[in-house]
Amino acid sequence: MFGYYLNLALRGLRRNPILTALVIVAIGIGIGASMTTLTILRAMAGDPLPQKARQLFAPQIDNWGPVNGSGPGGAQTDDRLPDELTYMDATALMRAHVARRRAAMVEMQLSLIPADPRQPAFEIPVRATYADFFAMFDVPFLYGGPWSASDDAAHAPRVVITRALNDRLFGGADSRGRTMRFGAQDYVVVGVIDDWDPTPRFYDLGFNTFGDSEQAFMPFTNAIDDQAAHIGIRVSCGRNTIGAGLQGLLRTECVWIQFWVELPTAADVRHYRQFLLNYAADQRQSGRFDWPPRIALRDLPQWLDYHHVVDGEVRLLVGVSFGFLAVCLLNAMGLLLAKFLARSGSLGVRRALGAAHGAVFAQCLMEAAMIGLGGGLLGLALTRIGLASSTALLPETSAALTRLSGTDVAIAVMLAIGATLVAGLYPTWRAAQVQPIRHLKAP
Amino acid sequence: MHLRPILSAMRRNRTGAVLIALQMAITLAILGNALFIAQRQLAAMTHPSGVDEADIFVIANDWTANGAQVRALAQADIVALRSLPGVIDAYVTNSYPLEKAGWGYMFTLHPEAHRPLTQAAAYFGDEQALRTLGLRLVAGRNFNASEIENFTGMSSKPLRGVIVTRQLAAELSATGAVLGRIVTMMPTSQTAPIIGIVDKLQVPWPAAAPAVVDNAALLPYRFLAPSDFYVIRTRPGAMAAAMKAAPAALLAISRGRIIEKVQTLTDARRADFRGQRGLAVVLALVCAMLLTVTACGVVGLTSHWVGQRRRQIGIRRALGATRWAIMRHFHAETFLIGAAGVVLGVALAVSANLWMVEKLAMQRLPPGYLLIGVAVLLILGQLAVLWPALRAASVPPAEATRTV
Repeated sequence: MFGYYLNLALRGLRRNPILTALVIVAIGIGIGASMTTLTILRAMAGDPLPQKARQLFAPQIDNWGPVNGSGPGGAQTDDRLPDELTYMDATALMRAHVARRRAAMVEMQLSLIPADPRQPAFEIPVRATYADFFAMFDVPFLYGGPWSASDDAAHAPRVVITRALNDRLFGGADSRGRTMRFGAQDYVVVGVIDDWDPTPRFYDLGFNTFGDSEQAFMPFTNAIDDQAAHIGIRVSCGRNTIGAGLQGLLRTECVWIQFWVELPTAADVRHYRQFLLNYAADQRQSGRFDWPPRIALRDLPQWLDYHHVVDGEVRLLVGVSFGFLAVCLLNAMGLLLAKFLARSGSLGVRRALGAAHGAVFAQCLMEAAMIGLGGGLLGLALTRIGLASSTALLPETSAALTRLSGTDVAIAVMLAIGATLVAGLYPTWRAAQVQPIRHLKAP
Repeated sequence: MHLRPILSAMRRNRTGAVLIALQMAITLAILGNALFIAQRQLAAMTHPSGVDEADIFVIANDWTANGAQVRALAQADIVALRSLPGVIDAYVTNSYPLEKAGWGYMFTLHPEAHRPLTQAAAYFGDEQALRTLGLRLVAGRNFNASEIENFTGMSSKPLRGVIVTRQLAAELSATGAVLGRIVTMMPTSQTAPIIGIVDKLQVPWPAAAPAVVDNAALLPYRFLAPSDFYVIRTRPGAMAAAMKAAPAALLAISRGRIIEKVQTLTDARRADFRGQRGLAVVLALVCAMLLTVTACGVVGLTSHWVGQRRRQIGIRRALGATRWAIMRHFHAETFLIGAAGVVLGVALAVSANLWMVEKLAMQRLPPGYLLIGVAVLLILGQLAVLWPALRAASVPPAEATRTV
């Protein structure tokens, strides 16, 4: 039966090729536009670390109180806590062995002087952090591994580099033990990480959230010693002041350090929350804060939401393209109606020859499904074009954002067929209502 | 023109008419809002920065030489850049308009009272900065050479003057009369008297809201840090040669540096507003496709109706209706459907906009955009129906006699 309906559907499609083409184009354009924006939105709002997202937390501590924010009257705008930590708080949280893993971190722009004198110096973004960073974020290694906790304690000049930097400097070889120079200090390569590009770059939402990530990592403790001039370039202060030089940066209440902890179980989370509250209470006791302790501990998905990582423009485009899809479907509905009603004659003859309502219904629905399939395929092609041009048009979309996965392809085709079937239901029902007698009377 | 036959014809094709009207309504809702948003992106892109963009280029310089040498080297760089042929002036700074990222300080005239602080871009520069940028003082005076300090890191040492924009002046004091007043800057808690006011100077980060886009100040600092920018203004026509000569001149002074980029402000603007332009282009494309799809819908359904009503058309023609009357029938029918569609569409557009005002902090949609949308859709409908209407008009009167 299926084969017969398929055959009938194909004949039906050929009968009025212009109308068929119009419907397919309408559905294709609608699917193309909505899939393009949906893919971008999914990538931007997507989970950068799905296997662990609910175990990673960003602690916040109210070190500004009700009077040192930048809002009216010194209040903190929107009742928000500072997004990052001070050096004092970051080092205190690093010292406490409460979380399973923990890492303070900050990004710097450093001039890299390759060991090979024939290669020119160049500037790269470098992240200063702690050894736990790599295990906590499941960073894959190509060669070697992270530096050790004792390297952190010893302020050792170690560096972990990305595959891209390794290709550029060492031709992709296993570069463990080789050195490179930042400023006046030589750093020993201990590991090369494989391709790793969490999108969005959740652990530092301050700048370049969707852009290129850092190309090298070094111990935070060492960066404080040897890269002091490059550290703390981006600080957020509210009403607080900052003194001169490195000491000023280390003592200020301005915040500039991102901090993440790994808390695998709900008990760990409760425990850590209590630890933060106790810490803030201690700071009040010691006279640093003169307000009640206030802290926050958000997991990764909550953190992205709290920071409105997906901007209004993209949400807007998604709204526009689903409106667009609706227009295309209304259009398809109208055209299918025209198409089926134009064939009332032959459908009437089929009914008169004994085909049931259901059989006519199935025949027309099959035809709608075929049109949906065609529209879906055209839509996929348009999605490819749309994604390729959105990389060119919208700056905050990297190639990683706009890869079309197997799931996306399946969603597009299912969406097209599903939508066309829904759009086809009413015209099909109307076609099935054909009274055979009326069409037999006419000459 | 009699409406009754048109209405009774429409009653027989209720579904088709409703579908077209709904399509037009959604199209109008999207069209009006998209045009408005695209126009706002274009407005942000073309907002003037206040500086002589056409004749300025910037060199991003990272020192690999050690800190002690940088002070002398940077001074030598400036002297060399100023003496290049075609160069009007140059200075060293932390940031410049259209840089994309920049330094924000919090400004206040009342450091003790708990009044809101005003965030403003802090541009560092010496007494030549005004001339290099081509800025016009509307009140007060420029820095003089003796007031310029070397910046080697954050410091709370008071400054001897600061130049603010007119917008920042109005932000700091309701009367805007700030000349000679002492301003406090956070986070360094430095103080400085306001000595000059310039008309306009845009913040370095793009797409700032119009109310804060010119909140900027010039601080009398020679910026001597590991990464700095040289801002260079040339005589018209001399830019290309100077852009070649400048990096060579800098490398001749010292190779202990990385010249990260040499970029004109015109290119910087283009790069900054890529997102805005992209969004505007995408919206325009979406609108064009939407209109195409809607027009296809009108053509498709109307031709179907023409096919269905051949006999009735033939009868009307046989009874004396002119071709013109038949065409008028279909045009009027489409107009009526379109009119119902745009009424619904205006309601949809306004509610979509109100939702965006609520959720996405958008502006209210001015009625002009809706009027344009309404006109475009009604005209589009008339153009789309032209071909089916012509086909209808060519139905011969003899058709009336063909079938039962």
